[in-house]
Amino acid sequence: MSTTTQAPLEQVVLGALASVAPEADLAALDRNVPLREQLDLDSMDFLNFVIAVHRALGVDVPERDYAKLATLESCVEYLAGLPRTKPA
Amino acid sequence: MNGAPAVKVTYREAVRAAMREAMQRDARVFLMGEDVGRYGGTYACSLGLLDEFGPERVRDTPLSEGAFVGVGIGAAIGGMRPIVEIMTVNFSLLALDQILNNAATLRHMSGGQVGVPLVLRMATGAGRQVAAQHSHSLENYYAHIPGLKVLAPATVEDARGMLWTALLDPDPVILFEHATLYGTEGELAEDAGAVPIDRAAVRRAGRDVTVVGYGGTVAKALEAARMLAERGIDAEVIDLRTLRPLDDETLVASVRKTRRAVLVDEGWKTGSLAGEICARLVERAFYDLDAPIARVCTEEVPIPYPKHLEDAALPQPGRIVEAVLATVGGRG
Amino acid sequence: MPSLGADMDAGTLVEWHVAAGDAVKRGDIVAVVETDKGLVDIEIWESGVVDALLVAPGSKVPVGTLLATTRTDGARAQAAQPPVLPPPPRPPLRPMASPAAKQLARERGVDLAAVHGTGPHGAITRADVEHVTPSPAPPPEKAEARRERVEEVETPREPRPAVLDATAMRRAIAASMARSKREIPHYYLSADIDLSRSTAWLEAENARRPVEERLLLAALLLKATALAARAVPEVNGFFVDGVFRPSSAVHLGVAVSLRQGGLVAPAIHDVDARTVVEVQASLRDLVGRVRTGRLRSSEMSDPTLTVTNLGEQGVAAVFGVIYPPQVALVGLGKPLERPWASGGMLGVRPVVTATISADHRVSDGHRGALFLAALDGWMQKPEAL
Repeated sequence: MSTTTQAPLEQVVLGALASVAPEADLAALDRNVPLREQLDLDSMDFLNFVIAVHRALGVDVPERDYAKLATLESCVEYLAGLPRTKPA
Repeated sequence: MNGAPAVKVTYREAVRAAMREAMQRDARVFLMGEDVGRYGGTYACSLGLLDEFGPERVRDTPLSEGAFVGVGIGAAIGGMRPIVEIMTVNFSLLALDQILNNAATLRHMSGGQVGVPLVLRMATGAGRQVAAQHSHSLENYYAHIPGLKVLAPATVEDARGMLWTALLDPDPVILFEHATLYGTEGELAEDAGAVPIDRAAVRRAGRDVTVVGYGGTVAKALEAARMLAERGIDAEVIDLRTLRPLDDETLVASVRKTRRAVLVDEGWKTGSLAGEICARLVERAFYDLDAPIARVCTEEVPIPYPKHLEDAALPQPGRIVEAVLATVGGRG
Repeated sequence: MPSLGADMDAGTLVEWHVAAGDAVKRGDIVAVVETDKGLVDIEIWESGVVDALLVAPGSKVPVGTLLATTRTDGARAQAAQPPVLPPPPRPPLRPMASPAAKQLARERGVDLAAVHGTGPHGAITRADVEHVTPSPAPPPEKAEARRERVEEVETPREPRPAVLDATAMRRAIAASMARSKREIPHYYLSADIDLSRSTAWLEAENARRPVEERLLLAALLLKATALAARAVPEVNGFFVDGVFRPSSAVHLGVAVSLRQGGLVAPAIHDVDARTVVEVQASLRDLVGRVRTGRLRSSEMSDPTLTVTNLGEQGVAAVFGVIYPPQVALVGLGKPLERPWASGGMLGVRPVVTATISADHRVSDGHRGALFLAALDGWMQKPEAL
């Protein structure tokens, strides 16, 4: 995966996070620490995050794959491998 | 208001025009009082009327309020429509027996057979350095009495229009003319005529506080509102116009909107009309109030003669502003 | 005379530990009071200087009687100068608020003890209450049309803050929780609930649902709680003026922690009458609006029963403090896989510990136990929720 395709994906993930945690400083986010831990997201916040990603990219993340969205790094990696209906 | 051109007239001229029109329209109307004829009235309200209508209809009386008010009551019972002028409210106390025990009660005591369609006009109030026996505001004495209607025209329009409506009333009506108003000028439509006498008027709309005045205090309340506007406070000014019966609806509606009230009354605070209005607002708008109701009244002294003391004793725009600021609290 | 128990009407001042002119600081013991339950040391809540002792030792006075007045140090410094102004009014026993402010506070469920007054003599005005619980912001697409109408009805005096004031919220929580612990005799029960049926049902449901329509376990738990509350009405309603007023509707307060600190417990209305899908949608909407600080005043004021869910933080069980004037609080811990014996067999199942804190003035443990049993029962038949 080249950075040219991954950078827009990362922007989508950060945008989705901003919508569920508007008070968070996303610039300070550690790419490899679980998001729920870093941002104190509850299950409803996480569902809203998944929905925001779905709306932005048209990807359908099954519930069993939620674990693959644990960190910013893993999100980008996982989403890059999914078929989607909208450009990032 | 109704499209006719407006002219500048004094309050005195408006009172005179009202009396002239009444005597032209209805032959039963006549004017009676001390010095109303040859002298033209203590405040010159009836100047020229003697020449125009003759001594039968413009009658000078002896200095005997009890007698000539009694004569007026008799004439009213007999089918006339008398306008009786009393020089000041202080002197009207000599006629209080006639007013209270006869004028106000006869319809009730006769089972409705005998009405007293009398109109009493009298000057009231301080501000002219005529000391304590000529300066008091005793409107509340009369507003206390069932059987009377009590009016306080504060504008040239009301001075012009209230008299005819009062003459149409089948029962006694008292008009209080604040003595400092006679020389004041206002705009009046050339075809101005009768006005209703059952409602208070909002003289200035506002949203932050309701300032209530009547007669001589309306102009002071409006001046205070202008000063408050400079401080960003938007005061609503209500002119009571009718002191009995009080127009509770207008007062309550205003206070429901502004949630604060400052009552201005040239009477003494104890037992004042302002006290009565305060009680009614608490009875009917308690849960709408956002601050204690404040009263700006005359200091509880006989009105002093020296100008600086007289000014200090009376409600003034500055005192109204202070009361409003205390009422709006931290917002001021 | 402070209330030293919900049943205390009066107390006898036995002894003063301070005299007029003494400096006191918050927490000092200033007096001893005798109640039906014995002698109690009275602490002072404000630092300052004792101004006057108003009740003599040996006097029995009703709760609410002014015992003494104090000045703050600032006021003392002022008093040393020649007095030019009338003395400030004595500190009121309860927050001084205008009738209009009290009315609005009642409508919005605001505790006046937590509101800063800006009116005459520091009284709380209507605008001060509005400052603490701002009116809900209209949805953006309708904002223009609605603004005009609002201005006609009541012209806003000051721009309203967009978010809740954290200090005021802290004070509101403090006042409400202190009142709860002072007045409500809580009892606590807990039960472990087997979630295997519910989670299996959810997994199957969510597998066939698009992302936006997926359900959370929380929605099932809320619906089950509401149905259980309908079955045991003693946990659902308000205790006001010494009387329990059961509520025919079940409006569930959902305690949502704010990441900035503090929490709010807005209501989802009529949860018992809604489908799980509707409850899920409401919950999602509510959490989203809590995060952006756009709650509706009706949601803030009228929950009939509150649910707190600290399971997200990994807590096994939570025994909560009831929000007055509600009469119970349901706590849900973290669903965990635990060993579970059933039918003589030991297995591993997802389990949640559900608790109820309830008001003993209104219900007894037996009724509370029935509530938890009903909650358990509904979680065993998720398809019926």
